[in-house]
Amino acid sequence: MIHSLFLINASGDIFLEKHWKSVVSRSVCDYFFEAQERASEAENVPPVISTPHHYLLSVYRHKIFFVAVIQTEVPPLFVIEFLHRVVDTFQDYFGVCSEVMIKDNVVVVYEVLEEMLDNGFPLATESNILKELIKPPTILRTVVNTITGSTNVGDQLPTGQLSVVPWRRTGVKYTNNEAYFDVIEEIDAIIDKSGSTITAEIQGVIDACVKLTGMPDLTLSFMNPRLLDDVSFHPCVRFKRWESERILSFIPPDGNFRLLSYHVSAQNLVAIPVYVKHNINFRDSSSLGRFEITVGPKQTMGKTVEGVMVTSQMPKGVLNMSLTPSQGTHIFDPVTKLLTWDVGKINPQKLPSLKGSMNLQAGTSKPDENPTINLQFKIQQLAISGLKVNRLDMYGEKYKPFKGIKYMTKAGKFQVRT
Amino acid sequence: MTDSKYFTTTKKGEIFELKAELNSDKKEKKKEAVKKVIASMTVGKDVSALFPDVVNCMQTDNLELKKLVYLYLMNYAKSQPDMAIMAVNTFVKDCEDPNPLIRALAVRTMGCIRVDKITEYLCEPLRKCLKDEDPYVRKTAAVCVAKLHDINAQLVEDQGFLDTLKDLISDSNPMVVANAVAALSEIAESHPSSNLLDLNPQSINKLLTALNECTEWGQIFILDCLANYMPKDDREAQSICERVTPRLSHANSAVVLSAVKVLMKFMEMLSKDLDYYGTLLKKLAPPLVTLLSAEPELQYVALRNINLIVQKRPEILKHEMKVFFVKYNDPIYVKLEKLDIMIRLASQANIAQVLAELKEYATEVDVDFVRKAVRAIGRCAIKVEQSAERCVSTLLDLIQTKVNYVVQEAIVVIKDIFRKYPNKYESVIATLCENLDSLDEPEARAAMIWIVGEYAERIDNADELLESFLEGFHDESTQVQLQLLTAIVKLFLKKPTETQELVQQVLSLATQDSDNPDLRDRGYIYWRLLSTDPVAAKEVVLAEKPLISEETDLIEPTLLDELICYIGTLASVYHKPPSAFVEGSRGVVHKSLPPRTGSSESAESPDAAPSAGQAAEQPAVIPAQGDLLGDLLNLDLGPPVSGPPLAASSVQMGAVDLLGGGLDSLMGGSGFTAPGPAAPAAMGAPLGSGLGDLFDLTGGVGTLSGSYVAPKTVWLPAMKAKGLEISGTFSRQVGSICMDLVLTNKALQVMSDFAIQFNRNSFGLAPAAPLQVHAPLAPNQSVEISLPLNTVGSVMKMDPLNNLQVAVKNNIDVFYFSTLYPLHILFVEDGKMERQMFLATWKDIPNENEAQFQIKDCSLNADAVSSKLQGSNIFTIAKRNVEGQDMLYQSLKLTNGIWVLAELRIQPSNPSFTLSLKCRAPEVSQYVYQAYDAILKN
Repeated sequence: MIHSLFLINASGDIFLEKHWKSVVSRSVCDYFFEAQERASEAENVPPVISTPHHYLLSVYRHKIFFVAVIQTEVPPLFVIEFLHRVVDTFQDYFGVCSEVMIKDNVVVVYEVLEEMLDNGFPLATESNILKELIKPPTILRTVVNTITGSTNVGDQLPTGQLSVVPWRRTGVKYTNNEAYFDVIEEIDAIIDKSGSTITAEIQGVIDACVKLTGMPDLTLSFMNPRLLDDVSFHPCVRFKRWESERILSFIPPDGNFRLLSYHVSAQNLVAIPVYVKHNINFRDSSSLGRFEITVGPKQTMGKTVEGVMVTSQMPKGVLNMSLTPSQGTHIFDPVTKLLTWDVGKINPQKLPSLKGSMNLQAGTSKPDENPTINLQFKIQQLAISGLKVNRLDMYGEKYKPFKGIKYMTKAGKFQVRT
Repeated sequence: MTDSKYFTTTKKGEIFELKAELNSDKKEKKKEAVKKVIASMTVGKDVSALFPDVVNCMQTDNLELKKLVYLYLMNYAKSQPDMAIMAVNTFVKDCEDPNPLIRALAVRTMGCIRVDKITEYLCEPLRKCLKDEDPYVRKTAAVCVAKLHDINAQLVEDQGFLDTLKDLISDSNPMVVANAVAALSEIAESHPSSNLLDLNPQSINKLLTALNECTEWGQIFILDCLANYMPKDDREAQSICERVTPRLSHANSAVVLSAVKVLMKFMEMLSKDLDYYGTLLKKLAPPLVTLLSAEPELQYVALRNINLIVQKRPEILKHEMKVFFVKYNDPIYVKLEKLDIMIRLASQANIAQVLAELKEYATEVDVDFVRKAVRAIGRCAIKVEQSAERCVSTLLDLIQTKVNYVVQEAIVVIKDIFRKYPNKYESVIATLCENLDSLDEPEARAAMIWIVGEYAERIDNADELLESFLEGFHDESTQVQLQLLTAIVKLFLKKPTETQELVQQVLSLATQDSDNPDLRDRGYIYWRLLSTDPVAAKEVVLAEKPLISEETDLIEPTLLDELICYIGTLASVYHKPPSAFVEGSRGVVHKSLPPRTGSSESAESPDAAPSAGQAAEQPAVIPAQGDLLGDLLNLDLGPPVSGPPLAASSVQMGAVDLLGGGLDSLMGGSGFTAPGPAAPAAMGAPLGSGLGDLFDLTGGVGTLSGSYVAPKTVWLPAMKAKGLEISGTFSRQVGSICMDLVLTNKALQVMSDFAIQFNRNSFGLAPAAPLQVHAPLAPNQSVEISLPLNTVGSVMKMDPLNNLQVAVKNNIDVFYFSTLYPLHILFVEDGKMERQMFLATWKDIPNENEAQFQIKDCSLNADAVSSKLQGSNIFTIAKRNVEGQDMLYQSLKLTNGIWVLAELRIQPSNPSFTLSLKCRAPEVSQYVYQAYDAILKN
């Protein structure tokens, strides 16, 4: 099982270590540093590294490497999933997950880690249970604790820990009973030079924020559940009911949680809400290149596309760019060669464009690779797959909750090749 | 107010200050001080000097303070064992606390204190906690058993904790069940022979019930445990599959992959005609695709596993090609894996799309990725014949870009395409020749030279081209030198008139100026061939080459089946069985897929008859060695044995020939008749010094004469045992180990009521049946008994390793003696390793694990040696002859799964053999040597 955990920052310092079994010397991280040196960028450090006696499994998030040490055959996904869970927990506890924040709360971090694993076996990883065991720090609580001498460690066994609904504690009380569901879809797509779709798929999630008193039992039904053929559920969802009736039936955790995530695969036709017209030319002879892109809406079901951001990694040979946008602001970083254009909203009457020229390094041949354009955007009140919630019902409690459902479509990894 | 303040004290007397604060009367100050200590500990500072002061803070009703002290204790108890005893009392008291949280915390922390003295005190509280009324305490206690086992396995067994743990599998609370399974699995891993998790339909049912209700982590443990179960028929397999399928929709990717493992394994038992089989196949695809939208680290592990699944059951993902398309900002390790799977899924139906993608990738920035993409185009051409033409034209387009490394890669793969489709695409040679000057990598140069030599008759200026390479002959790498030599000889045979000078030049360069033995040898052979019999030379050098196979990088089928059983584990990430990399001391039980039980298709199904069907395919398959995409040509299988580098024999024909026909194009292979007097057999020997003949050997099959049995010796003299004399020996026959005993009664009274018992020993030897002496033993009478043994007893490392302590009881008394058993009784019958495995394993074991021994005064020849050893289950994998010495490569496997690889060097004139042994558990080497010595000398 998981032996130890090392947290390593971008400059290669180990700033926290935690051992759940015997102490493993931090020199084991030398193998990690070697791999880090070999990789061109932090993202490229391989997630599984073997050393003579241990295996190092790592994830890289928030500019921190979380390196787990294992000694025996342990499912690597188990370890990696757990590491992601650690990151999520930190974020949940401290708002952000950063080196400074972790150092500032080192004792809480240590207590939390101790609570999450026992001898390398996961113990409590649900954030609402953890929060009952170890209260997250808040300014108010710190002040109160200092004055009254009370602690931030709960001395009661968390009630959810052993019940059949471990994700929910008993005795929840709210004056305003509310349940909000956000249907968020991200489009991952690769569009080729000519504008046709090479591959496009939708990753959707339904995130919920449920603040309901007591033990509510909810059911959520969809207008078109056939869309959901590839889903993964929060453990609270009753799978049998879904199999037979295509209805989501569950006792929700208290607070924020992800009810389900789904995937609409490349085989179904996916609507592409924006298009990019581009004309990027490196001429062989001259040291000037032409650059011109225009962004426009495609299949948006009448909704506005906003938050549009265009980024593109220009070839090394590009020295500088002089461009004029029709709207928004743009930056070209001559060191990293990254072009960023913050477009904003797309007005279908007046399409945003960015035109100008590129200065190329003199005397070298034209770059072999054309830049790929990366697109970000948001569309409110639209689930691009067409998924729609039909109704939400509550059983088991008497009061009438306030219910809300929001839809949103975003770009995931949306790439246009030129 | 943040915790960073705990780091700020950097004054001289930091420890001193903390000590004072820890002993303060004020609770608040105490707690702050302990926090400071913990903070220092987390960043790796040594604060062990404060041990007594911190422990003093332990007796408190403040839970946070208690937890903090426990944290400290866990870290430092080991370095201060005597002090740690001070804490025991508090622990024992806390285990009785009314609050279950405190009881659990105490038992949990105690288990983490890895001090022998404390473990004794732990047993009683632990026993109570295992039966605690509160499930939270029980589940914590279950894990504690695993901890204790790690510290002192003996104690856990003696105290009967393992049985209690087994009982917990039937606990009413699913979390307790999950933790019990997890603990048992961990214990079982260090005890491969033990039968801790013996699963039967009842316990399986309990696990399946708990599966629905326990936490995600518990589900992983239970699923992994289920995967080890062997259902008794297809009905049971199907019902388990049905209950596991819902796990495919879990949000935790580890749960999904473990479920996939169970399904992939049990699917093997389902008949393909079943409707359910088709349904299951369909259900497997979406979760695998979903894994690819997770974080890159998860994607990587998923992709490595998908790579296996695609090889085993390509139908699952055949329509999902698009999800493997590479995004430009994927991490490089994800890109390379995706590329690999794309090629595996490439078929006539999707090849156009794949090629367009690959061409796109070939213009990316990352050099490694671009290279692999170019190679991938070549592999597509070889795999999908219809696409070959398009691939070639794509490659030509890429060559036109003149990007140096793209051109070089393209030329290397075009060479392979020429091999696969001879006489089809030679029109492109002219374009290739234009790029001759830009080639600076040996592999590309060698490929280009091969092309020029092979098609010398169509290239007008072939002699000039080759001559230009010859100028810098000495600066070239061996690979290029060898290729150049062969190419010029080919040229000479095709155009003898104008190239005589050239060939003489290269032959003298190779034979006189070079100090590379391979090059010299090859030069001499060509020289002799050409000078004595040019016709034969032509037949040898220009012989028809065997075609290269379609898929050069499939994992060998038996290994693939084993790896399928390890889906989701490290083994699946490395594509190696755990025995190849898990630390040697722990034997690993080989897993295998269950046989299909469907009656309708036992004969024609290749899965059902793996030995027959797959054995025939094998020669076409090259085992995976790291990432094979890059190794298409340069397959590096050579073990680091003495002798010439592998490149010698492989370069000329591409690695494929290694398995195909060895040295075909040099010696003509099987199709070539004896080369006549000009190429005497003696020449063949040094020529064959490459690894080629390692493969050529048809496995020395010895006569099955049974294992060697040493003569009986007296183990227990009569004087020491009140008149009972025991002599005996050990034998191994047809897979079973026997202890052959002679009991002699030298006393004056009748002996009866015999019984025998073994102490724990290194390999778990134990009597398989009670000692049966039918009649009482009269004075001066003796009786011969053959006592069958097995190796499932408890294990303890003995010194010496093969020491066996025996107790024999009769009506008079109990007597003890110890004896040494020869190790070869533990060599199992399936100890013959695949050749490729052998090479890979030999290379894989670090050199410091190699031990060398001399076997003196043995006058047998190599064949006699190999048949004699085979009788005792030491198998000869390959034999070769180096400079008159016979080298035997042998493997054997011990009952606990440890492999031992051996190299035996036999010189005809010298009666001393040299034995080199390589093993992951080097401590057995000495005893293996003793076994060799004993077998060979008798």
